[in-house]
Amino acid sequence: MGGLPAGKVEATEHDYAQWERRVDALMVLLSGVRGGTRLMTVDELRKNIETLPPDAYERMSYYERWVTSITQTMIQRGVITTEELGRKMEEIEKRGGK
Amino acid sequence: MAASEMSARFRPGDRVRVRKAYPLGHIRTPFYIRGHSGVVERLCGSFGNPEELAQMRSGEPKQPLYRVRFLQKDVWPGYRGDARDVLEVEIFQHWLE
Repeated sequence: MGGLPAGKVEATEHDYAQWERRVDALMVLLSGVRGGTRLMTVDELRKNIETLPPDAYERMSYYERWVTSITQTMIQRGVITTEELGRKMEEIEKRGGK
Repeated sequence: MAASEMSARFRPGDRVRVRKAYPLGHIRTPFYIRGHSGVVERLCGSFGNPEELAQMRSGEPKQPLYRVRFLQKDVWPGYRGDARDVLEVEIFQHWLE
């Protein structure tokens, strides 16, 4: 990547999990390409992916990077607050019955 | 309101050099091509500046985007392929001089 040595490219087809499809759909809606309000740009998505620490970047899957970046952008833009996000995550964790 | 746009300074065939600068921020000019010289292959159109769009701003004025052709042997040290092999990179005008 970026002119640095990397491993072999594996050209296989991927099957996407439902949550991954949802993350993709979320990005389409937030970008306003279907006529809605534009709440972010693809450049912000890229910027917040590039801002991930190298170990987090390596550890995360493709759509995990996306959802992390989208969340960061929504916080930066004030669409959601860290407080709201934290409370919602707690709520969902309880619902999951862990 | 019409979107503002920078006028194109280069034409196909012009020899250009990519600025050798490493500022922070979101930049679409690859590291490996900075400081190298190539030839404008075509003007691709004008687009919002991604460096600004990444920071919640409008990205205007729009910047001309060029496809620039470089020789692989000029870019990669010790390149062993054909001396005529080329590499094409799309670069915004404000990165060219």
